[in-house]
Amino acid sequence: MTTAPLADRTTAVAARATELSKIYGQGETRVVALDRVSVDFRQAEFTAIMGPSGSGKSTLMHCVAGLDTFSSGSVRIGETELGSLKDKQLTKLRRDKIGFIFQAFNLLPTLTALENITLPMDIAGRRPDRQWLDTVIQMVGLSGRLSHRPAQLSGGQQQRVAVARALASKPDIIFGDEPTGNLDSRSGAEVLGFLRNSVRELGQTVVMVTHDPVAAAYADRVVFLADGRIVDEVHGPTADSVLDRMKQFDAKGRTS
Amino acid sequence: MFRTALRNVLAHKARLLMTVLAVMLGVAFVSGTLVFTNTISDALQKQSAKGFDHVDVAVTPEWKDAKGDEVGESQELTRALVDDSARVPGAERAVGVVTGFTAMADKDGKLIGGGFQSQGGNYWGTEDPRYPLVEGHAPKGAGEVLIDSRTAERTGYEVGDTVRLSIDGPVLEPVVSGIFTTDDGNVAAGGSLTLFDTATAQKLFGKEGTFDEIAVKAKDGVSETALQAQLEKALPSDVVETTTGQKLADDQAEAIASSMSGLKQGLLVFAGIALFVGTFIIANTFTMLVAQRTKELALMRAVGASRRQVTRSVLIEAFVVGAVAAVAGLVAGVGIGVGLRSLMGTLDATVPDGPLVISPGTIGTAFAVGILVTMLAAWLPGRRAAKIPPVAAMGSVHAQATTRSLVLRNTLGALFSAAGVAVVLAATTMDGSDGQAPMGLGAVLLIIGVFILTPLLSRPLIAAAAPVLRLFGVSGKLARQNSVRNPRRTAATASALMIGLTLITGMTVMAGSLQKSIDKMAAAAIEADYVVSMANGNGLSPDVERRLKEAGDVTATSPMRNAPSRIDGETEFLTGVDGSTIGGLTELKVEDGAFEVGGARVVVDRDTAESYGWKAGSDFTVAYEDGEKQELTVAGVYEANEMIRGIMVDTATLAPHTAEPADMLVLVKTSDGASDAVKDRLEKALGTNPAIKVQDKQDLSNEIAKMFTLILNMVYGLLAMAVIVAVLGVINTLAMSVFERSQEIGMLRAIGLDRKGVKRMVRLESLVISLFGGVLGIGLGVFFGWAAGQLLGTRMATYELVLPWGRMVVFLLLAAAVGVLAALWPARRAARLNMLQAIKAE
Repeated sequence: MTTAPLADRTTAVAARATELSKIYGQGETRVVALDRVSVDFRQAEFTAIMGPSGSGKSTLMHCVAGLDTFSSGSVRIGETELGSLKDKQLTKLRRDKIGFIFQAFNLLPTLTALENITLPMDIAGRRPDRQWLDTVIQMVGLSGRLSHRPAQLSGGQQQRVAVARALASKPDIIFGDEPTGNLDSRSGAEVLGFLRNSVRELGQTVVMVTHDPVAAAYADRVVFLADGRIVDEVHGPTADSVLDRMKQFDAKGRTS
Repeated sequence: MFRTALRNVLAHKARLLMTVLAVMLGVAFVSGTLVFTNTISDALQKQSAKGFDHVDVAVTPEWKDAKGDEVGESQELTRALVDDSARVPGAERAVGVVTGFTAMADKDGKLIGGGFQSQGGNYWGTEDPRYPLVEGHAPKGAGEVLIDSRTAERTGYEVGDTVRLSIDGPVLEPVVSGIFTTDDGNVAAGGSLTLFDTATAQKLFGKEGTFDEIAVKAKDGVSETALQAQLEKALPSDVVETTTGQKLADDQAEAIASSMSGLKQGLLVFAGIALFVGTFIIANTFTMLVAQRTKELALMRAVGASRRQVTRSVLIEAFVVGAVAAVAGLVAGVGIGVGLRSLMGTLDATVPDGPLVISPGTIGTAFAVGILVTMLAAWLPGRRAAKIPPVAAMGSVHAQATTRSLVLRNTLGALFSAAGVAVVLAATTMDGSDGQAPMGLGAVLLIIGVFILTPLLSRPLIAAAAPVLRLFGVSGKLARQNSVRNPRRTAATASALMIGLTLITGMTVMAGSLQKSIDKMAAAAIEADYVVSMANGNGLSPDVERRLKEAGDVTATSPMRNAPSRIDGETEFLTGVDGSTIGGLTELKVEDGAFEVGGARVVVDRDTAESYGWKAGSDFTVAYEDGEKQELTVAGVYEANEMIRGIMVDTATLAPHTAEPADMLVLVKTSDGASDAVKDRLEKALGTNPAIKVQDKQDLSNEIAKMFTLILNMVYGLLAMAVIVAVLGVINTLAMSVFERSQEIGMLRAIGLDRKGVKRMVRLESLVISLFGGVLGIGLGVFFGWAAGQLLGTRMATYELVLPWGRMVVFLLLAAAVGVLAALWPARRAARLNMLQAIKAE
């Protein structure tokens, strides 16, 4: 399988990885986590990254999101090349241009829901756009619970706070790392619904790593990774079509 | 189980290192104290035993009991008695001993031995066996003296040199006729010993024809007790008393031991504080270790380990840590012991040489303290570990710290604090020494109370810092919230610092206030420009006042002369003053009658007047030293102070009854007031005498200040220990917080808080906790300082609370510095945290 660039010429690119490699260790302990991966994430598109454990899907997301360093190749967020950035600039980039949603919610227990949502802007020392904030809060349905602390919220509600936090600062791109991994199916569906709505209605760009075909079905496009390489991609996926592909890779993996 | 425990110890090296360090410091201090005091008292004891080599039996004069109107005085040891002693069959020889204060100036004119260790004595005959000569010959007459070899070495005096001496005022300038060696304790401790021939010594020390002691040496084969029996038979028992050399050595050893025990106890108190503070750190560390291993411990429970086994594994870990720390502490303690000895050596106090004594008791104590304290501190966390349910092994999150209600704790703390404050306040209304015990009790109660209450206090006090923290943006906000997140832990950390600062502040407030009041007293009560006194507090010869009067520009002088007397069958010391000038030289508040001294008219201080029931106009009979009686009249009653008190009688009235007048001090007023030139002139008039101090009011203040500064500096040095341990505690707490919040920190980094921001957050948290402890400590310290002052104030008219604002600011800054310093490593660690792992960590 070749890894031809999947560039789309009609819309602008929010993030782009070119010939991206990530290698751990040396000599006999050398592990190639990412092997010359090139991929584009277009604006206002919801992309899911899938693959079996150890395929490098999380590593790809971490590298593109500026959370992890890479060995070679290049990553661009908008017009910014990440490879040349120092930690400080990278931090600023994450703060201003990127939103995150984690599997374990990762809210600060000492802050209220609202304070958690505005945290990235607090860090930047910016005043949140009140109107936009209301829109986001309304969309995730947290209006009545803004003064609650995370411990007083259910898992689904906590993750909705995390979604709102990611959306509130109007980032260029949002990365989700198994955002539904710790949720029951109903709460998971809600969160995925918000993400899809944010893409459709607000023009947000979202990239999500998942191993759940049902979650992947919410995306516009699914990119499949195996052994550190992009092996396939599906546009307009359904849970069944994703599951079929996954099975194919599994079978292939076993026979090869 | 033991193997798992051991593995755990090795697995958490860095964190355990701090625990070891904390325990070690405490153990080091305890064992260092023991090593030091044992070594010193052992050396002193050996030396004192040596010092009695020449005495098998000491014959001393019997003290005549003071009866009725007779002033007590001792019998006289005459030459005849010395000869009688020597004639006893068991006696090898008998030596008459005369001793007294003898100040010697070094080549720069400065006093050797600081006054209290400047000794003089007699050289018996032509060859005194007590003092082997190294050089020269025995002194003859007033023009020759012997000096000890250590002093000779130190000052560079040689045989043939002229030395300047003073005994009670006049300067003597004899020639050194020889140098001798001695193992006299005073000389070993940095003093000087000057020997005159016997007749000269008796004359100079005012004991013409008599001796202070007869040292009798037994013939070979005659025991001390046998000799003692012979002497008691031969000498009149109503005149002399006999003591064996062994008894003298034992008594001195006991005296040394008891004088050392004060120092030892003082040092041990500080060691105790260090250990107490260390206990928090140990408990904190084990709490952290248990929290970190929740899953692992739960797994062990799940696979069948019993609660007891889990507790035991934690305790075994504590045992290993305690043992390692005890060994390290003991080694460090020996170092501290050696260091203290050489430190004292450099501070003028020459410490006797001797081998280092590390007794089994010291080693035992070090291990007992190290291991017991550690295990005790690990006990609670160990029990908590046992309570972890096996199911926690399956959970994906940290077992949340139980947020047990603080209600019980707060109630208890409030009760203790209230009781403490009440007892302290009650004690302040009591009189002097009566209030001491309740005050101590109240202080302990209050400290315990506040200690229990710290979690409650942390919220409002830290909230008060919020406006400042807000300046630091998100980092400040998060720091504030983090610092109140686990009130118990914050409290434990802050209290470690609190205790140290309470003591430091309390001491400073008290010392400052005392100094001020004594200062005020000296300045306010004395109108004289100069106060002349002997360096060691002995009496001055009346000759000194005569010489001062002759010095130019002196307008008035008055001695303050002590004269024993009997009034109503009690011994009372009269103060002899110059009635014509004393009024102008002092500024005393007269409460009743008039300040008038002359003839039979005297003035009395209020306390004395009250105790005898006198008022202005009262008459009383006094019996003088020589047995004569006289009727005196109280002309006035004045308010006494630390320097001037008692019954003031004109010296002219006293003179006929006093055999050897000695002035405690002489007050001098000059026409030019106090200036360097005048002082110089006065000193010259006294022959630039090394033993006499000429001080103006400023000198008096400085002397008082110097004393307080010295004591305070010592206390500060010792308490620095508690502060160091507190720093370790803060480091520990922060490391624990950073570890527990690694996920949060990772998330903050991911969503855009840079490393600087993370560092600042940790640093501010540390600062907040430290300042919290600092404010509590300083507050309590001021309260205790005030309360203790109230107690002192009842005995000191001029007492006034002085709040050392400057020092307090310094202490607060010190607390802040502790915070910043302690945060260095944890903040770095937090900033370096691997974001990805932190986020994923479950």
